[in-house]
Amino acid sequence: MRTILYLLQKEFIQVFRNKAMLPIIFIMPLVQMLVLVFAATMELKKVDITVVDLDLSETSTRLTSKFEASSFFHLTRAQLSPAETDQLLMKGTADVVVTFPSGFEQDLKRNDQASIQILVDAINGSAAELSNAYLQTVIGSYNMKIRAEMMGVPKFTPPQQVSVIPSYWYNPELNFKFYMAPGVLVILVTIIGLFLSSLNLVREKEMGTIEQLNVTPIKKYHFIIGKMMPFLIIALLDLTFGLLVAKLVFGLPFRGNILTLYVFTSLYLFLVMSLGLFVSAISDTQQQVLFVSFFFMIVFIIMSGLFTPVESMPLWAQNLDMINPVYYLIRIIRNVVLKGSGLFDMTRELLYLSLYGLTMFSLAVWRYRKTV
Amino acid sequence: MDQLLGFVKKEFTHIFRDPRTMVILFGIPIIQLMLFGYVITTEIKDARIAILDHSNDNVTREIKNKILSSGYFRLEANLIQENEIDPIFKKGDVKEVIVFEKGFAESLEREGKANIQVIADASDPNTAQMLFNYTNGIIQDYTKKKFAGFTIPVQIKSEVRMLYNENMVGAFMYVPGTMALILMLISAMMTSITIAREKEMGTMEILLVSPLKATHIILGKVAPYLLLSLIDAFVVVFLGNVVFGVPIRGSLFVLAFLVILYITMALSLGILISTVANSQQVALFISGFALMLPTILLSGFIFPIENMPVALQVLSNFMPPRWFIDALKQVMLKGNGFAYIWPNVLILSAMTLFFLGLSVKKFRLRLE
Amino acid sequence: MKQTSEYTGPIIRVKDLVKKFGSFTAVDHISFEVNKGEIFGFLGANGAGKTTAIRMLCGLLEPTSGALQVAGFDGYHQREAIKRNIGYMSQKFSLYEDLTVYENFRLYAGIYGIPRQERIRKTDELLKKLNLEESRNKLVAGLPLGWKQKLAFSLALFHQPAVVFLDEPSGGVDPLTRRTFWDLIYEVAHQGITIFVTTHYMDEAEYCNRVAIMSEGKIVALDTPIALKEQYKTDSMDGVFLKIARNKE
Repeated sequence: MRTILYLLQKEFIQVFRNKAMLPIIFIMPLVQMLVLVFAATMELKKVDITVVDLDLSETSTRLTSKFEASSFFHLTRAQLSPAETDQLLMKGTADVVVTFPSGFEQDLKRNDQASIQILVDAINGSAAELSNAYLQTVIGSYNMKIRAEMMGVPKFTPPQQVSVIPSYWYNPELNFKFYMAPGVLVILVTIIGLFLSSLNLVREKEMGTIEQLNVTPIKKYHFIIGKMMPFLIIALLDLTFGLLVAKLVFGLPFRGNILTLYVFTSLYLFLVMSLGLFVSAISDTQQQVLFVSFFFMIVFIIMSGLFTPVESMPLWAQNLDMINPVYYLIRIIRNVVLKGSGLFDMTRELLYLSLYGLTMFSLAVWRYRKTV
Repeated sequence: MDQLLGFVKKEFTHIFRDPRTMVILFGIPIIQLMLFGYVITTEIKDARIAILDHSNDNVTREIKNKILSSGYFRLEANLIQENEIDPIFKKGDVKEVIVFEKGFAESLEREGKANIQVIADASDPNTAQMLFNYTNGIIQDYTKKKFAGFTIPVQIKSEVRMLYNENMVGAFMYVPGTMALILMLISAMMTSITIAREKEMGTMEILLVSPLKATHIILGKVAPYLLLSLIDAFVVVFLGNVVFGVPIRGSLFVLAFLVILYITMALSLGILISTVANSQQVALFISGFALMLPTILLSGFIFPIENMPVALQVLSNFMPPRWFIDALKQVMLKGNGFAYIWPNVLILSAMTLFFLGLSVKKFRLRLE
Repeated sequence: MKQTSEYTGPIIRVKDLVKKFGSFTAVDHISFEVNKGEIFGFLGANGAGKTTAIRMLCGLLEPTSGALQVAGFDGYHQREAIKRNIGYMSQKFSLYEDLTVYENFRLYAGIYGIPRQERIRKTDELLKKLNLEESRNKLVAGLPLGWKQKLAFSLALFHQPAVVFLDEPSGGVDPLTRRTFWDLIYEVAHQGITIFVTTHYMDEAEYCNRVAIMSEGKIVALDTPIALKEQYKTDSMDGVFLKIARNKE
């Protein structure tokens, strides 16, 4: 046991003596929290909409101002030819163009129905869908209103109504940052844990210093633990740092037990570092370790539910997430921080992370050879 | 010239000898494209929900059937009491709980009104909203059908056309983004790390005292990655087209020009990084986390730039991928030509020159 | 467990030791024994198989076949026990350059489980002997090569091993530094520690009690320097080596 202490002492001295790595370890979390959380917002505001009103009737101008009243749209009025409309969309100056044809109001009064044309730039499919849905809601409620007006009844209501009342728990304001911040914390500890520890081990191979250790009677698991612990501690420090930023800058509520969070994060780091050290045990150069880790990290993160909900992935991909460590921690952190889940709510995750971690750790120890 | 060719050849053999590198070069683009195309969708299927039905009458049963047969939801649990809701959310699988009030059918019959409460787990706000919208839609549809006779003729209709992407396929967004990311990864990150490696190992000194000119050394290091990047760009466009049906509406010549310009920019950036970094680790952290994250986040690849805080919007103007992705979308999806993308071309060229100039200056300083 | 102090036989026993890398045979059926307190030299050109042989003796490489015993422990199944009883100084300087002299001592003493009191006493004693007292808290990276080698040597001895393996210990240093380095080696040998050293400097071979000359993975000659010189009728080890090389051609 004492051997490990000496190894830890050595690793810490080396980390803190490396002037290039210090800012990476301590400034990166701050920058990441601020940039990532602020940048990553899916909520759509201010869709650029251009209204081409060739009718200029009371009905069309009233509907136009309904569009304008919605905070979702940033509205411009213009008189354009169809060719000019195309140009506008090609350039990307407008996301949506709504055209009222001339004779719009007349049609409505004579035939009881009239059409408007809506052109949507649908390259971003989900944004286009959302914009259209908003437009339809505005048009729908306007429809109700003019119907009632034209028929002289106060408002049109069916005889029976079911009202569906939403209530959004744990995040009633639907603040997207509360969703992103815990996820970004996971990315943060992953980068520190995975890359620092695995590169550190293989660097000793590249530099030759590992040979001097290999002729000592040092136990393999001592050595591996010695490579893990310092970065585990640094990653937990960074987690604390990131949590503080989340709390102070974004006002992230913290409902759960902080100890639960640290227990899970430590288990997760144990797993991820074992994976990283396993990769470096089978590699000879930092470049190889880097590429392999990078590859897996990208796949893990894309599939983790950081940006898009896991529920919207196909079933096979959801099943594949069984072996994705990042998926687990993101889910756990969100549960603990926002909902206040405890260890007993997540016994399955607890058990799974421990078993997975132990397996990978044994693999790393087994595959690390003291011979050349 | 022969010397240069020989050197380039040597660099190629270095790259191709290590299967791990090849995995990165071709595995990442393919897997990433597949993930974005097949895994990342915004449509929710089989979301797990729980139901707390205080009434359990004919109407609620009918509504429940509608909801569960819609394909969007899967029933995880039937609850009996309100205090079961919080624990089930805390476990994390259930995303929504639908609560029917007591005497639902009765109240609907007598007062013409009844309430359903939809409690969504808003720790994921987007999903929560989407689930509520689905649920609400199904219920409203149910009542509408029940009173189908009550429509009134006056109506404004809308003819909607989704331009450039009629079926609203996600890949239209992700293919240009993946391209920007992959080319940055290979060109900037790989070059900076290989050059930093030569420095760390001390072999750079040997090369520098050799009769090869410094520019030739850099060219030799960079040439293989230029070629590999081009191949990767081709793979991405090809897969995007064949597998996901992402069209190439503009001219191939403009597309090729744009891609080469971007690769050149990324290579110069890689060279610049390697003049600053002395070890592979530092090169990794600079290129990996100072370049990759902005490429993903501040370029409009995943998150729309218009929605960001002003400071980040300003910052995004300095991100080369932003201009590349924008131009790429215009050329591939809208069929635009130089008449539309010239500002992007200009900005990318200026950035390339800036990076090259700066690295030449740094390189000279180091030699003197 | 068997303690080295009780073990009285030859400290190294090697019989028909072979190491193959694929189809290439780096070490080809070598056999020899080294006694306690001896300075045993391994001579040969680059690529003759010296480093491969020494790495097997230290437990860094697993032999392909043959018998190997170091300090009474078996080279196949008791490699970790061997490691407890040997010191090793590799060809390439492999201490931590970003640690100070003292920190390197502390680390390795810790790994070998040397108690704190003893560590402090011995560190002071060694630094004094090596005239490194002033550099105690300096980073190893800043020391001249000769000092680094002395440091690496004393670290290899710190835990009082039965045998010390030195792989080309004095490569790249000036003759004077080499001379003082050999003084250190003699002193250690007098304390009863066995020295196993590889070199391609022929003058260093003269300092050894016995010398084995390796060529293409085989031991082509093994005796005291005096006997070898007599056998090949020349007055220096250089001459011995040249004659052997010529005989082979």
